[in-house]
Amino acid sequence: MAERLLTFDIFRYNPATPEIPPRMQEFQLEETVGMSLFIALNRIREEQDPSLMFDFVCRAAVCGSCGMLINGRPGLACKTLTQDLGEKITLMPLPVFKLVGDLSVDTGVWFRYLNVRTEAWIHTDQVFDPKGLEERMDNPTAHRIYEAERCIECGCCIGACATANMREDFIGAAFLNRIARFLIDPRDERPAAHIFEVVGTDEGVFGCIGLMACDDLCPMEIPLQGQLAYVRRKMALVALRGK
Amino acid sequence: MKWSDAHISEVLVIGAGLAGERVAIEAALNGHEVTILSLVPPRRSHSTAAQGGMQASLGNVAMGYGDNPDIHFEDTVKGSDWGCDQEVARLFVELAPVAVRQMSHWGVPWSRVVAGKKTLPDGTEIEDLAEKAGLIAQRQFGGTAKWRTCFAADGTGHVLQYAMDSVVTKLGVTIHDRMEAIRLIHNGQTCYGAVALCLRTGTLRPYLAKAVVIATGGYGRIYGTSTNAVINEGTGMGLALDTGVVPLGNMEAVQFHPTGIVPANILVTEGCRGDGGYLLDKNLHRFMLDYEPVKKEVASRDVVSRWMLHHIHRGFGVDSPYGPHLWLDIRHLGAEHICTNLREVQTICKNFLGCDPTESLIAVRPTQHYSMGGVRTNRDGGAYGLKGLFAAGEAACWDLHGFNRLGGNSLAETIVAGMVVGEKVADFAREQSLSFPFALVVEAVAAQQQRLDDLRSHLGGSEDVFALRRRMEETLLDKVGIFRTGPALTEAVATLEDLYQRAANLRLRSSGIGPNPELFAALRLPGMLRLALCISQGALQRTESRGSHYREDYPKRDDENWLTRTLAYWPPGAEMPELKYEPVNITTLPPGSRGYGEMAITGD
Repeated sequence: MAERLLTFDIFRYNPATPEIPPRMQEFQLEETVGMSLFIALNRIREEQDPSLMFDFVCRAAVCGSCGMLINGRPGLACKTLTQDLGEKITLMPLPVFKLVGDLSVDTGVWFRYLNVRTEAWIHTDQVFDPKGLEERMDNPTAHRIYEAERCIECGCCIGACATANMREDFIGAAFLNRIARFLIDPRDERPAAHIFEVVGTDEGVFGCIGLMACDDLCPMEIPLQGQLAYVRRKMALVALRGK
Repeated sequence: MKWSDAHISEVLVIGAGLAGERVAIEAALNGHEVTILSLVPPRRSHSTAAQGGMQASLGNVAMGYGDNPDIHFEDTVKGSDWGCDQEVARLFVELAPVAVRQMSHWGVPWSRVVAGKKTLPDGTEIEDLAEKAGLIAQRQFGGTAKWRTCFAADGTGHVLQYAMDSVVTKLGVTIHDRMEAIRLIHNGQTCYGAVALCLRTGTLRPYLAKAVVIATGGYGRIYGTSTNAVINEGTGMGLALDTGVVPLGNMEAVQFHPTGIVPANILVTEGCRGDGGYLLDKNLHRFMLDYEPVKKEVASRDVVSRWMLHHIHRGFGVDSPYGPHLWLDIRHLGAEHICTNLREVQTICKNFLGCDPTESLIAVRPTQHYSMGGVRTNRDGGAYGLKGLFAAGEAACWDLHGFNRLGGNSLAETIVAGMVVGEKVADFAREQSLSFPFALVVEAVAAQQQRLDDLRSHLGGSEDVFALRRRMEETLLDKVGIFRTGPALTEAVATLEDLYQRAANLRLRSSGIGPNPELFAALRLPGMLRLALCISQGALQRTESRGSHYREDYPKRDDENWLTRTLAYWPPGAEMPELKYEPVNITTLPPGSRGYGEMAITGD
């Protein structure tokens, strides 16, 4: 591979020094074989500017910490390789979420709030019996739940969503998928009408304007379009039949 | 410090991974007000990265029929090389099935048993019976006599953490994320809380509670090259050690996982080998047959890692720009199996190696993975030496794992320990009344504020935090790894001692204002170096080989002199840890043969 000199154009803002306005700052770095944005950003921090803020945790694309706008598209920085990008790389924080500083945004509080709002836990009257066997489930059902449960709450679908960018209260693809997860799960005893109360509105499943950037950009490749259609159909049936 | 800044609850849990959240749930179910501090949102904790599974002797699958807690106990003790506490191991194996089933009740989509006849990769015919259909499925992991590892495809940690956090959310437990505890508030006898640093703003806040629980996971990042998440810097162990009165147990027991991918150092699950994958050398020879004719690729992790490195040293590694490695071959398991039960492996290979494991070999090498050592606690999870302080999970030395942990026993430990310790924490908090020595709190916050102010004022000092850190990482990797010798360990201790002194003279290159990563790194470095010294000094003094601790100059296990647990203390102002030893609790299974790893390691 020819050695390239990469130019990173990175959004900078430290809320602790509001007198310095938000700006773009350029850094240059020699590319190395197999370089990811995880490696590149850490090198910039250690060698050029130790105040640069960004978030990584697992650096293996399973924790969802490092969502950012990479040349304008939401994606996980840890699994983005520089070899797949041009010589000039623009990095911006994900929109919609509150900025912590530079490339770091507060996805945790946003997702927690929506987990509370959508009551994203199993609702059941069954009492756990520590001496009993587990309840049985057929394996395909377990796999269908797992498929939806694979969401890592990275926020890429939210940052990419036209509706979420326009209306603050839209629950977005991440939570429509989460609703689907509980609708599929036979252990969750909530009647569909109960779920309609939560998502059968413009803030929920009827707020989507169908641009489907969420489906294109999900780093976990969850079929969000299908999940959304599933929830939408269920909710439409509840509205029509009242159950 | 303003008193109105103080956050008061009954139970303070530091760390929101599986162990921390399970403790919090137990305490909350007992009616306590609980606060969890976490470096990151709970669902980003390193627990989520666990792929393979959770051991519990359900006996649901054909290759696991007849399994019971006794067999799980025996596997665990042998795996630990007789270093574990057998009463703890007994308690653990009895509760693991309850823990797995409770997680199912809370929503984990465990993979399930499908009845019918099957052929394993080695040609063995088995039949899963109709009467077990739909129960929780189990797969093989290393060092076990039965197939016992419960799994959800290969995202087991992820689904466990999400289910656990959903219960935490439901119960309304207070979570303060991006909050790092940097000092315990204590008087040498009792723990009253912690001083925490807000990673959003760079400001301090005291958290006060009747009971404090450390559940911060491991320290893998001090090795630099590790399968661990970047947040695993051993901060919680450092907190306990800093008190001067709480010891860390068996810090020299460091696990290297056989299959970290090269060069990204990301783990691919032991399930690859458990499901029938092979390890191959540069001649595509399945070399584990030569070293472990019985257990082959599924001996315990310490043993497989040692043979892999030995085989590389003999010249059978595959050369690469990132050093020699070996191959993991799962192609013969078939695309269908890989795309479902080993799906994350496939994704990791695509993302980070640019290859598809249904068609290509995977470049792997043993990589630092787990810390058996940690905050030494009693069976209830109570820390030695300080009332009101508890620990659970990887951060603790409870001591379930001794000198080597079995795959699938760490997820199980986080949840079982969370149940057990959570209940003890709840009992403790019920009997205590809230009271705080105000002067002690003010003093503790002021001392930490002084550290921040000193770093931000750029007075004195000349050392660069990242440069010192790199030196520490290289030292541990080169000299305190899989194969250890007296001379190399002596050098490591000397280098780390020097680095520790230099770490008192750090100078920031940036302003250190606000949520500044250089400031945060500078605050953590001295604690990380203290852990590095505990590991190295413990390894130097232990003149035997046991589990993951392998001394080339003392290659045999020495039960006569070393059936002991190392306790490392750091007296106030000391420059080196003080090591003490306690006997290991043997109840029913006296030291004997492990059944693997017994061939002598010799050169050609």
